[in-house]
Amino acid sequence: MDLRLGVAGPASDVEKAAVDRVLGMPSGGWDGGRRTPEDGHLSRGGRAARSRRHLLLPVLQAVQDRTGWISPAALDYVCTRLTVPPAEAYGVAAFYALLSTEPAPATVVHVCDDLACRLGDGEKLCAELERRLGPPGESGGREARWVRSPCLGRCEQGSAALLQRSGEPAARVSIAPATVAGVEAALHGGAVRVDTTPPVRSDPAGHRLLRRVGVVDPDSLDSYRAHGGYQLLRRALELGPGGVIGQVKTSRLLGRGGAAFPTGAKWEAVAANPVRPHYFVCNADESEPGTFKDRVLLEADPFGVLEALTVAGYATGSERGYLYLRGEYPEAAGRVRQAISQARQRGLLGEGIMGTDFNFEIELRVGAGAYIAGEETALFNSIEGSRPEPRNKPPFPTQAGLFGKPTGVNNVETLANVLEILRIGGDAFAQLGTPDSTGTRLFCVSGRVERPGLYELEFGVTLRGLLDLAGGVRGGRPLAAVLLGGAAGSFVGPPALDIPLTFEGVRSIGASLGSGVVLVLDDTVDGRDLVRRIARFFRDESCGQCVPCRVGTVRQEELLARLASGNPNGSVAAELDLLGQLGQVMRDASICGLGQTAATAIQSAAALGLLGDPEAGRVRP
Amino acid sequence: MFGAGGGTSSYREAEEADLVILWGSSAREAHPIFFHHVLKGVHRGAKLYAVDPRRTSSAQWADVWLGLEVGSDIALANAIGREIIHAGLVNQEFVRRATANFDAYAAAVEPCTLEWAEAQTSVPAEAIRELAHDYGRADRAQLCWTLGITEHHNATDNVLALINLALLTGHVGRWGSGLVPLRGQNNVQGGGDMGALPNKLPGFQDVVTNLEARDRFEKAWGVGIPPRAGWHLSLMFEAMERGELTTAYILGENPIRSEADSDRTSRLLEGLEHLVVQDIFLTDTARIAEVVLPASASWCEAEGTVTSSERRVQRVRRALQPPGQARDDIEIICELARRLGSDWGHPSSEQVWDELRSLSPMHKGMSYPRLEALGGIQWPCRDEQDPGSPFLHGRLWEEDPERRGPAAPFFAVAAEGPLDLLDSEFPIRLTTGRRLDSFNTGVQSSQYATPIRRRESLNLSPEDMSDLELTDGDRVIVSSRRGSVEAPVLTDSSLHRGLAFMTLHFPDEVRTNRLTLDAWDPKSGTAEFKATAIRVTKLRAAVREAAVQGAPDPVA
Amino acid sequence: MSLSFVAPPRRLLTITIDGRTVKVPEGATLLEACRQQGLDTPTLCYLENLAPVNVCRVCVVEVEGARVLVPSCSRKAEEGMVVHTDSERVRASRRSVLELLASSVDLSLAGPEVKRWMNRYRAEPERFGPAAPAAEDDRRDRARPGEHHAPEGQVAATVAQPVKLDNETYIRDYSRCILCYKCVEACGSEAQNTFAIAVAGRGFEARISTEFAVGLPDSACVYCGNCIGVCPTGALMFKSEYDLRQKGRWDEARQTVTTTICPYCGVGCNLELHVQDNEIVKVTSPLDHDITRGHLCVKGRFGYQFVQSRNGGDEGR
Repeated sequence: MDLRLGVAGPASDVEKAAVDRVLGMPSGGWDGGRRTPEDGHLSRGGRAARSRRHLLLPVLQAVQDRTGWISPAALDYVCTRLTVPPAEAYGVAAFYALLSTEPAPATVVHVCDDLACRLGDGEKLCAELERRLGPPGESGGREARWVRSPCLGRCEQGSAALLQRSGEPAARVSIAPATVAGVEAALHGGAVRVDTTPPVRSDPAGHRLLRRVGVVDPDSLDSYRAHGGYQLLRRALELGPGGVIGQVKTSRLLGRGGAAFPTGAKWEAVAANPVRPHYFVCNADESEPGTFKDRVLLEADPFGVLEALTVAGYATGSERGYLYLRGEYPEAAGRVRQAISQARQRGLLGEGIMGTDFNFEIELRVGAGAYIAGEETALFNSIEGSRPEPRNKPPFPTQAGLFGKPTGVNNVETLANVLEILRIGGDAFAQLGTPDSTGTRLFCVSGRVERPGLYELEFGVTLRGLLDLAGGVRGGRPLAAVLLGGAAGSFVGPPALDIPLTFEGVRSIGASLGSGVVLVLDDTVDGRDLVRRIARFFRDESCGQCVPCRVGTVRQEELLARLASGNPNGSVAAELDLLGQLGQVMRDASICGLGQTAATAIQSAAALGLLGDPEAGRVRP
Repeated sequence: MFGAGGGTSSYREAEEADLVILWGSSAREAHPIFFHHVLKGVHRGAKLYAVDPRRTSSAQWADVWLGLEVGSDIALANAIGREIIHAGLVNQEFVRRATANFDAYAAAVEPCTLEWAEAQTSVPAEAIRELAHDYGRADRAQLCWTLGITEHHNATDNVLALINLALLTGHVGRWGSGLVPLRGQNNVQGGGDMGALPNKLPGFQDVVTNLEARDRFEKAWGVGIPPRAGWHLSLMFEAMERGELTTAYILGENPIRSEADSDRTSRLLEGLEHLVVQDIFLTDTARIAEVVLPASASWCEAEGTVTSSERRVQRVRRALQPPGQARDDIEIICELARRLGSDWGHPSSEQVWDELRSLSPMHKGMSYPRLEALGGIQWPCRDEQDPGSPFLHGRLWEEDPERRGPAAPFFAVAAEGPLDLLDSEFPIRLTTGRRLDSFNTGVQSSQYATPIRRRESLNLSPEDMSDLELTDGDRVIVSSRRGSVEAPVLTDSSLHRGLAFMTLHFPDEVRTNRLTLDAWDPKSGTAEFKATAIRVTKLRAAVREAAVQGAPDPVA
Repeated sequence: MSLSFVAPPRRLLTITIDGRTVKVPEGATLLEACRQQGLDTPTLCYLENLAPVNVCRVCVVEVEGARVLVPSCSRKAEEGMVVHTDSERVRASRRSVLELLASSVDLSLAGPEVKRWMNRYRAEPERFGPAAPAAEDDRRDRARPGEHHAPEGQVAATVAQPVKLDNETYIRDYSRCILCYKCVEACGSEAQNTFAIAVAGRGFEARISTEFAVGLPDSACVYCGNCIGVCPTGALMFKSEYDLRQKGRWDEARQTVTTTICPYCGVGCNLELHVQDNEIVKVTSPLDHDITRGHLCVKGRFGYQFVQSRNGGDEGR
């Protein structure tokens, strides 16, 4: 490709070293290295060079981690090495919140002010930081800066932050619970702490997906094997790909990522596709505000996730799996990385697994701060080194997914179920829960509740039952509403308490389980503030590709601001009508699930009357 | 090629080929829209090779770039041919049925081993082998070239060496496989079509051997046509040198700027008894003419046709009124004829075209209404039902020997380097070429500006820049055995040690053609613009040298 | 030689559009099917010579059984599909999409069809409040992903910003940019493959940008103008047109368009010369001609001045 690089001059040795650490040393002058005499008469490039594009995000992250930003000179070097046009590489870099395309302090602390932390201590923390350090993003000195962040997936703690520090070595560390002192220490290079005890609160007797969480040593393959690890992969290899798919179909497992698609049918479609190669992707880009279940599984049972992904790869005829993990989960990244390495050492990944002719590799890809990258087709684009913009469907991933090839995608929780299906058999699994919602479900309970945390329960439990297990509304206050399913979910009021938390149960009241979020609001919560945070979230996280979402999320936020300040355009009723129309066009005409659900929670809040009365600032029970 | 001079393929075939070779062609800059078609093929999965002394912007797209030494094309082609033969990749059936002289060719290339070729071309043997095998194995392959092949003293031999490869592998005469010479100027092809060749009547009908055609023209025009080939450009200059050619009528050319060894060109044109120039500008050549006939711009101030590199005849149309006294070319020529005693009337462009159609069978089916309706037609187009010919020489694949017609012969050609030899006095090889936004001597392209427009420079490899202790912008004297110019230097990593590059675009700044050699190919008459031996001297040192040795004065 | 590469005939599919049963060739999009029926389907990001990117969403139609509306420009017809192009849902979405665009982007130079659609769907972009003031300097180019100042909601955010004037061939007025991606596609793999521009940033701050928003002279731009050729809103404009518009002298009613062949290299590209007062004011290329498919190089697009510089008689050489 005839790249024209900028006028930035050569990258620094430090920048080059960061890139070369990921890519290896350049092969010669045309690859960004020293010119050799042969370079004058031969170069190889073309397709082979362009096919390295998928390394773009890892390389950009390496530069970011080393120098704190991606300078024009560094970008040029990256582009030379990967044969990527600079404008495109910049377009990718400028998409992600954890990458900077301007000089930035070496230390950035991202402080969560999202839904659960708003109901906890997060907003108070931000207010105090603002008082002491100045507004987010603008101050904190040349060495350090704090910024507000969307959900960091430590919702049960009620406050969380993420330290991102460039240098050698770079650091990315969670801080939870987060305090003013903790954030200030992080900003000044001090020690930070994170409570990594798995926040599991349900009765271990009922645990199936969480059976090893808190039991095995997540750093030890031997410990995993001592608890039955990799026995189910062996069983899968005995069953054969068709046998595994048969069990999964029999189990009637539905995807836990939000769309509730039958997993067996998806696997079958990939397996049957004659186009090769096939890929399997584990979607661990858990970013739905209020969600932390996949993080717990990845941090506490990483080998379980790898084993399940390996089974999926086997069943679908894939030789390569990707685990795409959100960048805000550094502890999970560490666990998964070393788990892959151990599994590879023991021949549980690689060629000829367990003495069969099954070959499978897993590659960990770490995101860089983009909720939309969790949308499956956006996730493919992210892996491929493009902007994580969702693709229009059809074609579906099973037809043309990652690198345009047939691809299976499941989120972490869905995959975890597969091991349970193999353990007890598809028939037995289908007996769990209800006929249309088989198995168990992980619920991420947070907000104004006595015992926030992760609950694994058999399908069929009601919202009331779950809240009772969680000790009820904190301090015995009246329940105002529950946000089910996260920012993309719906608010439901007390009348919904006796609805069973099954796919069909919540569908009957027009809600969805989404990612299993159960965010509890008591009567002191400012519902309009929460709704505005949701509106801000979607406006910030929209990829900007399609008009309904790109502009609709802006108009929605503006409208809610007018309602909140008591300055509606015309009447409140007219505003609510306009809000409804915005919701309709976003739901009907957006490309992907983000836009299609960006108004759902807000519409449900309006329906519950949480927005309706301009005089009232409080949620009424 | 095999008779009529035109590329055998359509551009669209590049989109559907499995392999594209650009040989001596930086289509990315010189033929950008053709390159769009190549890139469609590349995105579809075609492999791309670039054979060029420079790693051009086209070569940067290639899967493999073979950076051969200037003028070593035949050595490379012959070695590819030998490798195809030795690897058993010859298309035996095609060679047996449709070609002749294979044995002589095979014998001639037998000494051209990969190792020998590596020594001749500096391209690693492995890359040559890879190209040979890919070309031999491809189902559809396009072999494209431009002036990198034809601006040499042995241009025709270069072309024959490439044609031999297509004959070996059967990469001609099928959709997707073909030979594609890309024309440098918008109607070079049309000029040839119309008989602006010394030995051809319109429609590539040979003036010497095609008695039937000559008879047809003589009847139509009511005059006798001399049964011999005329002079091509290089022969004309030699005739001027001998005093045999004393009058010239030049239409739309600026030889003082565009010809190699421009000092000699100026001298010869100035020595003519009578020079008439018809042009849209008062060019340097027009300035020394006795008579200047201001013309209209044929592409936007006149009606007519042009022919593209895929043999597509297309209409040009009048969009603007020509300025001042400028007149249409047809009108000027007819008026000239009238004053010379032949009244041709005032034909419209369509009438002139219809006369051509009546005399040139390959154009017969191309009426103006059909050209309009079909967006141009590719010749041959023999009647008004004929959709035209997307590719040529399909006959070579016919089963029936009758329909297959005469065999296409191999022509064994020997490798021969540039005439302007490198030695210790002139150790650097200068080659020339185009830049994207400029064109030829800049008459047209100097009138608009974009931020990519750069002034002339002598481009040198990083190695030579360092050896000569030069930095970008330093001014140097560039001397060849014919003359010297002064130019700033620029580091160009697309060049290997010992290779330099200039354009011809800015003759006001740097008259590159004072350096080039006018040695020309006896068969095509093309001069060797691509291979000049030069010496580069940092300016201050050069001035001293001039004083001492009386070398030519640098041009300011 | 017979032409042996004629495409095989395509199977016909039967679908229903607005109650009418129609047959369309396999592989046809719903947009093609609608146009075949003479239905005026609005499109903004669609162009015949580019692969559909289906981002503007103004062409959505309702397909029975589909959960959401589908973009007709990219959705292929399937046997038995039942399509509604004028249902209440479709009308509502088209209306809202047009309102969202018109409230955030200057559409005054978009084609007359846009006004027609706005009227047909009764779009009222002013419903979102008065337009916010234009962004100062290059603020939009420097927006950080995932950060914005919370609005007060009294004014409607827009993409208004200063015009980018950095060369003599064309200008970039991103206040008019609807982010249809056409320029990116034309600069990229659909035609020119120079990739001088891409989309940067995200959300409402997504924008067409060079690397680090450098000016075109420092970018990879080669001034082929293929981006101008596909821009539907006048965000990318010949400098010649821009200057005439600034002087109030641009008048399409007085212009002629003549198709001819480029005078430069031997490829034979079709040029459409737009002439006003015997002067070429811009150059385009027909989308449906096989050689260019609407795309040109810098010489064909901008290299025409030499014919207009002859009135003095002495400029050329």
